[in-house]
Amino acid sequence: MSGAPLALDFVPRIWRLARMEFDTVRQRHVLLYPEGAVLLNETGAAILKLCDGSHSVGEIVTILSERYQADVSADVTEYLAQMTDRELVRAG
Amino acid sequence: MPADYPTTLLAELTHRCPLHCPYCSNPLELIRAEGELSTADWKRVFSQARGLGVLQLGLSGGEPLLRKDLEELAAHARQEGLYSTLVTSGLGLTRARAERLKEAGLEHIQISIQDSDPQVAEQIAGVRSVKHKQTAAALVRELGFAFTVNVVLHRANLDRIGEIIDMAAGLGADRIELANTQYYGWGLKNRAALMPSREQVERSREVAERAIQQYRGRMQITYVLPDYYEAYPKACYGGWGKVYLVVAPNGITLPCHGATQITTLTFDNVRDHSLEWIWRESEAFNAFRGDSWMKDPCRSCPRKALDFGGCRCQAFALTGDAANTDPVCTLTPLRRIVDDALGEAPRPIEEYQYRYVPGEPAPV
Repeated sequence: MSGAPLALDFVPRIWRLARMEFDTVRQRHVLLYPEGAVLLNETGAAILKLCDGSHSVGEIVTILSERYQADVSADVTEYLAQMTDRELVRAG
Repeated sequence: MPADYPTTLLAELTHRCPLHCPYCSNPLELIRAEGELSTADWKRVFSQARGLGVLQLGLSGGEPLLRKDLEELAAHARQEGLYSTLVTSGLGLTRARAERLKEAGLEHIQISIQDSDPQVAEQIAGVRSVKHKQTAAALVRELGFAFTVNVVLHRANLDRIGEIIDMAAGLGADRIELANTQYYGWGLKNRAALMPSREQVERSREVAERAIQQYRGRMQITYVLPDYYEAYPKACYGGWGKVYLVVAPNGITLPCHGATQITTLTFDNVRDHSLEWIWRESEAFNAFRGDSWMKDPCRSCPRKALDFGGCRCQAFALTGDAANTDPVCTLTPLRRIVDDALGEAPRPIEEYQYRYVPGEPAPV
């Protein structure tokens, strides 16, 4: 379903028309954009928070692997490939 | 069956509209200005909607710009944390109002386009409108709103789907929503004049698929095919009372904008009840939740988890019983109703029965 795997030097940024919010009703982060909303899990929200156009995929992997004390590279690249495929994350 | 969190509220702020499109999604019996909810009512509804889990708000109509309090309502929605879309014809969107809406925190504007051919566009809208729409689109772009062009497709404009998509790109749209007419209310009344041929639908599908690839990354294209030409019905908003609700101008609250025509149900009003009570407890919202209401062939069909039996409004409009399978479905003998409609002789554009509010000037 997702396209080619993302290069580690790809710099992702959340679509300029989308914004992340914390939904106090569902007690979780959501990504809001024209005519749509994606409910995020904790990992997804942590990844997307770093998609600000200043971190490469490789840097995001390093930061989150350190934070979670585990190798999260597969999770990060798979998640970002999906979000890029949906055009909710684009090249920064 | 317990209710889920709704995600989307469509607020039909008014039924008043300068346009008279013959496929209008408003009901045949339009509500007059004096029957509309007050500013305080709408604010209360928006707050209650957010508390219930709503994330997306459509500020719609009719023409929502005819509400003088639109800016105040948009500001309140933003304060509550809702992502708001103004669904407009573009008529009445002056620079002053667009700037005030931007300041209020409105994020997204949808402008309807009737056709790429200006003459046909105005024939469809029943009013001079093309120049106003171009001016409005330029303002939306300039002020940096997220910008969607929406187009209702039918016999008279479907062959120009490619030109329409190019036109939206030329206007600077971030997105274009192309949706074939849905045949309830006004659309049903005008069905013989609006229904495209199978050949038109096939060609349009090919053009749209090519354009989706061509514009990828620049403009998002969504294309909704006409359900009459499909084998299975559409999954209406993920099922009745699942994620979507509509508040009509007079406060009547519906699971779908077409639901008022289901005369066997009584719909409650936000003037009398909280939105939460209506969503969770009211008889109308619970009428078709889950699948215990289903008859065969839906009841024993594995597809019921995919399409929830299709559209309740369409089932009622075409068969008189909202609990029937949507007659679009080829698994029900009721399908002959849809096939008969597809076999009807097409009527010319001159025979449109235009939508207008009684007491307001009729289209010329």
